[in-house]
Amino acid sequence: MESFTPLSAAIGGSLIGLAAAVLWLGNGRIAGISGIFGQLLPPAQTVVWRVVFLVALVAATFAAAKLFPGLGVGGDVAAQLVEAPAAWGVPTPVWLAIAGVLTGIGTRIGNGCTSGHGVCGLARLSLRSLVAVLVFFGVAIITVAVTGVV
Amino acid sequence: MASLKLPYLATAALSGALFGAGLYVSQMVDPLKVLRFLDFGAIPSGGWDPSLAFVIGPAIIVMFVAVQIGKRRSAPLFDTSFHEPQSKKIDGRLIGGAALFGIGWGMAGICPGPAISLIAFLPDNLWIFLVAMLAGSFAGSLVVPRAQRLAVAQ
Repeated sequence: MESFTPLSAAIGGSLIGLAAAVLWLGNGRIAGISGIFGQLLPPAQTVVWRVVFLVALVAATFAAAKLFPGLGVGGDVAAQLVEAPAAWGVPTPVWLAIAGVLTGIGTRIGNGCTSGHGVCGLARLSLRSLVAVLVFFGVAIITVAVTGVV
Repeated sequence: MASLKLPYLATAALSGALFGAGLYVSQMVDPLKVLRFLDFGAIPSGGWDPSLAFVIGPAIIVMFVAVQIGKRRSAPLFDTSFHEPQSKKIDGRLIGGAALFGIGWGMAGICPGPAISLIAFLPDNLWIFLVAMLAGSFAGSLVVPRAQRLAVAQ
Protein backbone atom coordinates (compact mmCIF):
# COMPACT_ATOMS: atom_id res chain seq x y z
CA MET A 1 0.00 0.00 0.00
CA GLU A 2 1.50 3.30 -1.08
CA SER A 3 0.01 5.23 1.81
CA PHE A 4 1.62 2.91 4.40
CA THR A 5 4.61 4.86 5.77
CA PRO A 6 5.89 3.17 8.95
CA LEU A 7 9.51 4.35 8.58
CA SER A 8 8.84 8.07 8.27
CA ALA A 9 6.20 7.69 11.00
CA ALA A 10 8.79 6.15 13.35
CA ILE A 11 11.42 8.78 12.52
CA GLY A 12 8.88 11.55 13.07
CA GLY A 13 7.81 9.93 16.33
CA SER A 14 11.42 9.82 17.50
CA LEU A 15 11.77 13.54 16.76
CA ILE A 16 8.62 14.25 18.78
CA GLY A 17 10.02 12.16 21.66
CA LEU A 18 13.30 14.05 21.43
CA ALA A 19 11.40 17.35 21.56
CA ALA A 20 9.67 16.22 24.76
CA ALA A 21 12.99 15.00 26.21
CA VAL A 22 14.74 18.31 25.52
CA LEU A 23 11.98 20.36 27.14
CA TRP A 24 11.84 18.07 30.19
CA LEU A 25 15.58 17.81 30.90
CA GLY A 26 16.30 21.43 29.92
CA ASN A 27 13.39 23.33 31.42
CA GLY A 28 11.51 20.73 33.46
CA ARG A 29 8.39 21.28 31.37
CA ILE A 30 5.94 18.81 29.84
CA ALA A 31 5.70 19.18 26.06
CA GLY A 32 1.92 19.06 25.98
CA ILE A 33 0.74 21.23 23.15
CA SER A 34 -2.79 21.81 24.46
CA GLY A 35 -1.28 23.08 27.72
CA ILE A 36 1.33 25.24 26.02
CA PHE A 37 -1.30 26.69 23.68
CA GLY A 38 -4.09 26.98 26.24
CA GLN A 39 -1.92 28.90 28.71
CA LEU A 40 -1.55 31.81 26.29
CA LEU A 41 -4.68 33.35 27.83
CA PRO A 42 -5.17 34.69 31.38
CA PRO A 43 -4.30 33.78 34.10
CA ALA A 44 -1.17 32.57 32.30
CA GLN A 45 2.09 33.88 33.76
CA THR A 46 4.86 32.35 31.69
CA VAL A 47 3.88 33.32 28.18
CA VAL A 48 7.22 34.10 26.53
CA TRP A 49 8.67 30.57 26.32
CA ARG A 50 5.31 29.23 25.14
CA VAL A 51 5.25 31.70 22.24
CA VAL A 52 8.88 30.89 21.41
CA PHE A 53 8.08 27.16 21.40
CA LEU A 54 5.02 27.54 19.17
CA VAL A 55 6.73 29.88 16.68
CA ALA A 56 9.66 27.45 16.41
CA LEU A 57 7.19 24.58 15.90
CA VAL A 58 5.50 26.31 12.96
CA ALA A 59 8.82 27.44 11.44
CA ALA A 60 10.29 23.94 11.65
CA THR A 61 7.20 22.38 10.11
CA PHE A 62 7.56 24.81 7.21
CA ALA A 63 11.33 24.20 6.88
CA ALA A 64 10.98 20.41 7.04
CA ALA A 65 8.38 20.52 4.25
CA LYS A 66 10.76 22.59 2.09
CA LEU A 67 13.70 20.26 2.80
CA PHE A 68 11.82 16.97 2.34
CA PRO A 69 8.85 17.75 0.10
CA GLY A 70 8.44 14.12 -0.97
CA LEU A 71 7.09 12.97 2.39
CA GLY A 72 3.56 14.13 1.72
CA VAL A 73 1.12 16.77 2.86
CA GLY A 74 2.67 20.20 3.27
CA GLY A 75 5.42 19.21 0.81
CA ASP A 76 4.40 18.01 -2.64
CA VAL A 77 0.78 17.61 -1.59
CA ALA A 78 -1.25 20.62 -0.47
CA ALA A 79 -2.57 20.45 3.08
CA GLN A 80 -6.33 20.44 3.44
CA LEU A 81 -8.81 19.98 6.23
CA VAL A 82 -11.76 17.59 6.07
CA GLU A 83 -15.10 18.42 4.49
CA ALA A 84 -18.15 17.92 6.65
CA PRO A 85 -19.82 14.59 5.71
CA ALA A 86 -22.68 15.43 3.32
CA ALA A 87 -25.18 13.25 5.16
CA TRP A 88 -25.01 15.48 8.24
CA GLY A 89 -26.15 18.60 6.39
CA VAL A 90 -23.72 20.85 8.27
CA PRO A 91 -21.51 23.39 6.45
CA THR A 92 -17.81 22.51 6.70
CA PRO A 93 -16.81 25.69 8.64
CA VAL A 94 -19.44 24.89 11.28
CA TRP A 95 -18.26 21.27 11.45
CA LEU A 96 -14.67 22.41 12.01
CA ALA A 97 -15.71 25.04 14.57
CA ILE A 98 -17.55 22.40 16.60
CA ALA A 99 -14.54 20.06 16.37
CA GLY A 100 -12.23 22.88 17.45
CA VAL A 101 -14.35 23.88 20.44
CA LEU A 102 -14.62 20.25 21.60
CA THR A 103 -10.86 19.81 21.22
CA GLY A 104 -10.19 22.98 23.23
CA ILE A 105 -12.67 22.26 26.02
CA GLY A 106 -11.81 18.57 26.22
CA THR A 107 -8.06 18.98 26.42
CA ARG A 108 -8.40 21.72 29.03
CA ILE A 109 -10.82 19.85 31.27
CA GLY A 110 -8.94 16.58 30.80
CA ASN A 111 -5.55 18.28 31.26
CA GLY A 112 -3.90 17.08 28.10
CA CYS A 113 -3.94 15.81 24.55
CA THR A 114 -2.06 13.38 22.35
CA SER A 115 1.30 14.87 23.33
CA GLY A 116 0.81 15.64 27.03
CA HIS A 117 -1.04 12.45 27.98
CA GLY A 118 -0.08 10.32 24.98
CA VAL A 119 3.68 10.87 24.78
CA CYS A 120 4.76 12.49 28.06
CA GLY A 121 2.17 10.88 30.36
CA LEU A 122 2.67 7.33 29.12
CA ALA A 123 6.47 7.79 29.25
CA ARG A 124 6.07 8.84 32.91
CA LEU A 125 3.98 5.68 33.45
CA SER A 126 1.03 7.81 34.61
CA LEU A 127 -2.11 5.73 35.12
CA ARG A 128 -4.16 8.92 34.74
CA SER A 129 -2.70 9.50 31.29
CA LEU A 130 -3.26 5.88 30.28
CA VAL A 131 -6.95 6.25 31.12
CA ALA A 132 -7.17 9.53 29.18
CA VAL A 133 -5.43 8.03 26.13
CA LEU A 134 -7.69 4.96 26.07
CA VAL A 135 -10.77 7.19 26.34
CA PHE A 136 -9.86 9.73 23.66
CA PHE A 137 -8.57 7.08 21.26
CA GLY A 138 -11.64 4.94 21.75
CA VAL A 139 -14.05 7.85 21.39
CA ALA A 140 -12.20 9.15 18.30
CA ILE A 141 -12.43 5.74 16.62
CA ILE A 142 -16.16 5.55 17.41
CA THR A 143 -16.64 9.14 16.17
CA VAL A 144 -15.01 8.36 12.82
CA ALA A 145 -17.21 5.29 12.46
CA VAL A 146 -20.41 7.17 13.37
CA THR A 147 -19.80 10.34 11.33
CA GLY A 148 -18.40 8.63 8.26
CA VAL A 149 -16.03 11.56 7.84
CA VAL A 150 -13.60 9.47 5.74
CA MET B 1 13.13 34.67 36.58
CA ALA B 2 14.53 31.54 34.92
CA SER B 3 11.98 31.58 32.14
CA LEU B 4 13.33 34.75 30.52
CA LYS B 5 16.99 33.69 30.30
CA LEU B 6 18.48 32.85 26.92
CA PRO B 7 19.37 29.15 27.50
CA TYR B 8 15.82 28.53 28.75
CA LEU B 9 14.23 30.18 25.71
CA ALA B 10 16.72 28.49 23.35
CA THR B 11 15.70 25.14 24.84
CA ALA B 12 12.03 25.97 24.24
CA ALA B 13 12.86 26.92 20.63
CA LEU B 14 14.87 23.71 20.05
CA SER B 15 12.07 21.58 21.49
CA GLY B 16 9.42 23.36 19.42
CA ALA B 17 11.51 22.94 16.27
CA LEU B 18 12.05 19.21 16.85
CA PHE B 19 8.34 18.83 17.54
CA GLY B 20 7.33 20.64 14.34
CA ALA B 21 9.78 18.64 12.22
CA GLY B 22 8.47 15.43 13.79
CA LEU B 23 4.85 16.32 13.04
CA TYR B 24 5.68 16.91 9.36
CA VAL B 25 7.98 13.89 8.90
CA SER B 26 5.49 11.54 10.59
CA GLN B 27 2.61 13.13 8.59
CA MET B 28 0.60 13.70 11.76
CA VAL B 29 0.15 17.08 10.07
CA ASP B 30 -2.21 15.49 7.52
CA PRO B 31 -5.74 15.39 9.01
CA LEU B 32 -6.94 12.92 6.38
CA LYS B 33 -4.13 10.48 7.19
CA VAL B 34 -5.02 10.78 10.88
CA LEU B 35 -8.66 9.98 10.11
CA ARG B 36 -7.71 7.02 7.92
CA PHE B 37 -5.69 5.73 10.89
CA LEU B 38 -8.68 6.16 13.21
CA ASP B 39 -10.98 4.48 10.67
CA PHE B 40 -10.91 0.97 12.15
CA GLY B 41 -14.10 0.20 10.21
CA ALA B 42 -11.92 0.01 7.08
CA ILE B 43 -9.82 -2.87 8.46
CA PRO B 44 -11.88 -5.68 6.85
CA SER B 45 -11.76 -4.02 3.41
CA GLY B 46 -7.99 -3.38 3.59
CA GLY B 47 -8.50 0.40 3.49
CA TRP B 48 -7.04 1.03 6.94
CA ASP B 49 -3.77 2.99 7.09
CA PRO B 50 -1.95 1.90 10.28
CA SER B 51 1.13 4.11 9.68
CA LEU B 52 0.51 6.49 12.56
CA ALA B 53 0.59 3.63 15.06
CA PHE B 54 4.35 3.79 14.49
CA VAL B 55 4.60 7.40 15.71
CA ILE B 56 3.76 7.10 19.38
CA GLY B 57 5.94 4.08 20.26
CA PRO B 58 9.33 5.64 19.44
CA ALA B 59 8.17 8.96 20.93
CA ILE B 60 7.32 7.29 24.25
CA ILE B 61 10.58 5.31 24.32
CA VAL B 62 12.75 8.42 23.82
CA MET B 63 10.78 10.38 26.44
CA PHE B 64 10.87 7.40 28.85
CA VAL B 65 14.68 7.47 28.76
CA ALA B 66 14.63 11.23 29.44
CA VAL B 67 12.30 10.74 32.42
CA GLN B 68 14.66 8.12 33.88
CA ILE B 69 17.64 10.47 33.46
CA GLY B 70 15.62 13.24 35.09
CA LYS B 71 14.93 11.07 38.14
CA ARG B 72 18.65 11.04 38.93
CA ARG B 73 18.84 14.82 38.87
CA SER B 74 17.41 17.24 41.41
CA ALA B 75 16.53 19.84 38.78
CA PRO B 76 16.46 20.39 35.02
CA LEU B 77 19.39 22.25 33.45
CA PHE B 78 17.79 25.68 33.23
CA ASP B 79 15.20 25.84 36.02
CA THR B 80 15.12 25.15 39.74
CA SER B 81 12.71 22.21 39.64
CA PHE B 82 10.83 19.80 37.40
CA HIS B 83 7.22 20.89 36.86
CA GLU B 84 5.63 17.51 37.61
CA PRO B 85 1.91 17.34 36.89
CA GLN B 86 0.31 17.36 40.36
CA SER B 87 -3.00 15.70 39.76
CA LYS B 88 -3.20 11.94 40.32
CA LYS B 89 -6.96 11.63 40.41
CA ILE B 90 -8.86 9.64 37.82
CA ASP B 91 -12.20 11.38 37.92
CA GLY B 92 -15.14 12.44 35.81
CA ARG B 93 -13.34 15.55 34.64
CA LEU B 94 -10.45 13.56 33.22
CA ILE B 95 -12.69 11.04 31.50
CA GLY B 96 -15.27 13.59 30.33
CA GLY B 97 -12.55 15.89 29.00
CA ALA B 98 -10.81 13.06 27.16
CA ALA B 99 -14.17 11.96 25.68
CA LEU B 100 -14.98 15.47 24.40
CA PHE B 101 -11.51 15.72 22.90
CA GLY B 102 -12.00 12.30 21.29
CA ILE B 103 -15.16 13.52 19.55
CA GLY B 104 -13.37 16.63 18.25
CA TRP B 105 -10.36 14.58 17.11
CA GLY B 106 -12.58 12.07 15.32
CA MET B 107 -14.56 14.85 13.59
CA ALA B 108 -11.59 16.74 12.16
CA GLY B 109 -8.49 14.55 12.57
CA ILE B 110 -6.64 17.46 14.15
CA CYS B 111 -5.18 17.29 17.66
CA PRO B 112 -3.59 20.43 19.15
CA GLY B 113 0.01 19.88 17.93
CA PRO B 114 -0.90 19.45 14.25
CA ALA B 115 -3.44 22.29 14.58
CA ILE B 116 -0.57 24.67 15.33
CA SER B 117 1.89 23.15 12.85
CA LEU B 118 -0.67 23.48 10.02
CA ILE B 119 -0.20 27.28 10.31
CA ALA B 120 2.92 26.60 8.19
CA PHE B 121 0.66 25.61 5.27
CA LEU B 122 -2.50 27.70 5.92
CA PRO B 123 -5.11 25.28 4.55
CA ASP B 124 -8.63 26.71 4.07
CA ASN B 125 -10.67 27.01 7.28
CA LEU B 126 -7.67 26.44 9.59
CA TRP B 127 -8.27 29.74 11.39
CA ILE B 128 -11.81 28.68 12.21
CA PHE B 129 -10.49 25.56 13.91
CA LEU B 130 -7.74 27.43 15.78
CA VAL B 131 -9.97 30.22 17.09
CA ALA B 132 -12.57 27.64 18.10
CA MET B 133 -9.90 25.59 19.90
CA LEU B 134 -8.62 28.62 21.81
CA ALA B 135 -12.16 29.65 22.73
CA GLY B 136 -12.92 26.09 23.84
CA SER B 137 -9.77 25.99 25.92
CA PHE B 138 -10.75 29.24 27.63
CA ALA B 139 -14.29 27.98 28.24
CA GLY B 140 -12.88 24.76 29.66
CA SER B 141 -10.65 26.72 32.03
CA LEU B 142 -13.75 28.15 33.70
CA VAL B 143 -14.66 24.59 34.73
CA VAL B 144 -11.24 23.93 36.26
CA PRO B 145 -11.07 24.91 39.96
CA ARG B 146 -9.34 28.25 40.52
CA ALA B 147 -6.54 26.92 42.76
CA GLN B 148 -5.46 24.43 40.15
CA ARG B 149 -5.77 27.02 37.40
CA LEU B 150 -3.28 29.27 39.16
CA ALA B 151 -0.91 26.37 39.86
CA VAL B 152 -0.88 25.42 36.19
CA ALA B 153 -0.34 29.03 35.15
CA GLN B 154 2.96 29.30 37.09
